Amino acid sequence: MKRVVAIAMLSAITIAGSWAQPPAQTSPGAPGGRGRGGGGGGAYPDRPPADPAVVDRGKAIYGVNCAFCHGSDARGGEGGPNLIRSQLVLNDQKGEVIAPVVQNGRSDAGMPKLDLTAAQISDIATFLHSFRVNGRDAARNRPPSILVGDAKAGEQYFQAKCAGCHSVSGDLKGFGAKFTDPKTLQQTWLAPGGGGRFGGQAPPTNVPPATVTVTLASGQKLEGRLLRLDDFMLALTEADGAIHSFRRNGDTPKVEVHDPLEPHRQLLPAYTDKDIHNLTAYLATLK
Amino acid sequence: MKKLLITISLLPAIAAAQGLKSADILKPLANDWPTYSGDYSGKRYSKLTQINQSNVKNLTLAWTSRLTAGAGGRGGGRFGGGAAPVIAGGEGTADVGSGGFGGGTNIKGSILQVNGILYVSTPDNAWAIDAIDGRELWHYFWKTKGGTHIGNRGLGMWGNWLYMETPDDYLVCLDARTGKERWHKEIASFNEQYFSTMAPVVVGNHVLVGTGDDLDEPGLLQSFDPETGDRQWVWYAVPMKKGDPGLETWASLDAARHGGGQVWIPGSYDPETHLYITGTGNPTPAYTSQTRGEGDNLFTCSIVAINVDTGKMVWYYQTSPHDTHDWDSAQTPVLVDAEFNGKPRKLVLTASRNGYYFTLDRLTGERLASGAFSNAVNWAKGLNEKGQPVRNPAKDYDIAGALVSPSNGGTTNWPPPSFSPDTGLFYVPQHDSYAMYYLTETDPRGAMGLGGKEEQGVGSLGSYLTAIDYKTGKIAWRHKYSGTAGVGGGAGLLTTAGKLLFGGDPSGNLVAHDPANGKPLWHSHIGQVSNAPETYMLDGHQYILAAAGDMLYAFTLY
Repeated sequence: MKRVVAIAMLSAITIAGSWAQPPAQTSPGAPGGRGRGGGGGGAYPDRPPADPAVVDRGKAIYGVNCAFCHGSDARGGEGGPNLIRSQLVLNDQKGEVIAPVVQNGRSDAGMPKLDLTAAQISDIATFLHSFRVNGRDAARNRPPSILVGDAKAGEQYFQAKCAGCHSVSGDLKGFGAKFTDPKTLQQTWLAPGGGGRFGGQAPPTNVPPATVTVTLASGQKLEGRLLRLDDFMLALTEADGAIHSFRRNGDTPKVEVHDPLEPHRQLLPAYTDKDIHNLTAYLATLK
Repeated sequence: MKKLLITISLLPAIAAAQGLKSADILKPLANDWPTYSGDYSGKRYSKLTQINQSNVKNLTLAWTSRLTAGAGGRGGGRFGGGAAPVIAGGEGTADVGSGGFGGGTNIKGSILQVNGILYVSTPDNAWAIDAIDGRELWHYFWKTKGGTHIGNRGLGMWGNWLYMETPDDYLVCLDARTGKERWHKEIASFNEQYFSTMAPVVVGNHVLVGTGDDLDEPGLLQSFDPETGDRQWVWYAVPMKKGDPGLETWASLDAARHGGGQVWIPGSYDPETHLYITGTGNPTPAYTSQTRGEGDNLFTCSIVAINVDTGKMVWYYQTSPHDTHDWDSAQTPVLVDAEFNGKPRKLVLTASRNGYYFTLDRLTGERLASGAFSNAVNWAKGLNEKGQPVRNPAKDYDIAGALVSPSNGGTTNWPPPSFSPDTGLFYVPQHDSYAMYYLTETDPRGAMGLGGKEEQGVGSLGSYLTAIDYKTGKIAWRHKYSGTAGVGGGAGLLTTAGKLLFGGDPSGNLVAHDPANGKPLWHSHIGQVSNAPETYMLDGHQYILAAAGDMLYAFTLY
């Protein structure tokens, strides 16, 4: 029984830890829209892999006849549209839909007739179908460094806005050395505890938990770590580990939340993008 | 006693045999819920008053029902009686069931209630449920070829026939009495990565159907014959050939034909003008927009009025010119007859995912009022002379990150808003979220679909239930949900003539609010509410119905 309680408490603390730190997880009912979640990635089956010799043959014929206008990677070039997303190409299996366009041309769109055989067009089709078709292809993400800010200006910003709570010789000593990826560093200081959500490589940050003071109708005060809070209830963990929960009815009991991350949130409407980039450049120098 | 029970249990079946008359949907929302928004207006305002401010504190659980998607559904035998029949269909081989990329059984759409039977859906699945005790009557599931299984927004009904869209782009017609399939028709190309989530809307002898796509394919609204499934007309949200209106707002015809504008949330219908008024989705490529040109990219991110008989667009108003954040304007528009500047006027109200609210004239699309309904929204420089937000390109994205509110999920999204004629207020869920938008595609040709950027959330200033005065677009009041978690909340709203406003909060409570000021009057912690609450009247009892994931909860007064 004790063990059950202990486990329950541990999980409650874990929940509170992540709960106090934005960004919140998308919950089942949350407005994800149709544009995220839902596993867009693997939902559309890829075409089965083709014979590499045929792909190479198709690539060569494509390179000679098509690449100038449509790009060597078929994503568009000098005047010719992107073929990867082309409705015609997407609905083609072995060149049967592509062939009439290639052989007859599209005079209205500036596409000439090409004197290619059905077999050659089939090879081109095999080459085109060898590209992965995905509207959110993360494999192409090879961005340059995000370290574009002015570290000196970042230091001034730090002194003005951050030094009230943080110190580069104290809690942030060596902060920049903890990160190999500046983007993770930036996300981490913007949203401590939540910054590495996508990459998952963020080093652990020491974010103190939110605490709460509850004043009961009797005048009695309780303090503890905030576990849960909504319009109707509040739960906290006292110093000895005991969990207390209360019904809430409007302003009774009185609830004061002390969330150390609140200043971070309040800065969200105040930052310029330049402030953010400068501060990141400065924090990256803290080795 | 036994005989009496049998008689009662037969009653719904007998009633259902009469089916749903198209004209029934024209009535203001009361006892039944025969179409996506309850009625055609999109107000989600019920005339029912049995449950009201004075007695809502006594609202209590009538029944619960747990649904299991896929072939493994256990039928309705848990509380006695025979297991419900499970009927399988589909062109594919995959039984997504309650696992896989479906993310579990999750009811994220409207539930029909016709003659005492509820019709519920999730991607690939439809159920008939007894509205009095929650018992499963039949379950249909569709073996899928794949496609994005993010949600299904509900079913449409005509006579005894039900209509469901599938993620792999079929329109399926079922017999509402048995769950047996009558026919299915392909409605879009799976090869072009369309996926279909919309609740079909039946208007007269038209079944209106929209689809989604996250590659760069054109958005379309189609009308099908309810009896045969033959296509009556198709309307494209973007120019598809030379001479089409709006082409001048695109870099080229090829750009327009890959320009998106998906119609993925049901619209509303004005029976007087025969106008189906709906929203369109974002232009594509969604983020790296250079291949689209500098123009507005019509008719994406717009409210459009389509003549339901001809499929021709009568007017449009673009709520997000040249969108660059995948902020669809597909939200269900709300049709209201109300006073504006001292005169009765036919209006359309909409709060867009981009954080801006609009009051439009329903006959012309003229903008009457607009403005940001969130103080956090920071991507626009202001409003132009047409009342449209003017995008600030510096807030599109940046290699080093641009801090933008809202995050991609939007200030609001598909969860339906509500309007109460009693208060004259428009109610909408509001989320003041922030995210960093990083440009990751530096190829000058940009990316495709939703590619080219990485979006990482950095927190939120909170979630609200927000009431907007349609006459000015100004905020009447906001109820900020307690808790510092911020983004989240239920999935839509309901108002009633009992002076109640129902919705889910971010902490998993179903809440009845006072629509005059947002004050909570009743709540029940049922878990994250995943659809907009609904209400219906059966055998002298009013019910409040809400879904939380795979669970249905019905509340009533005794």
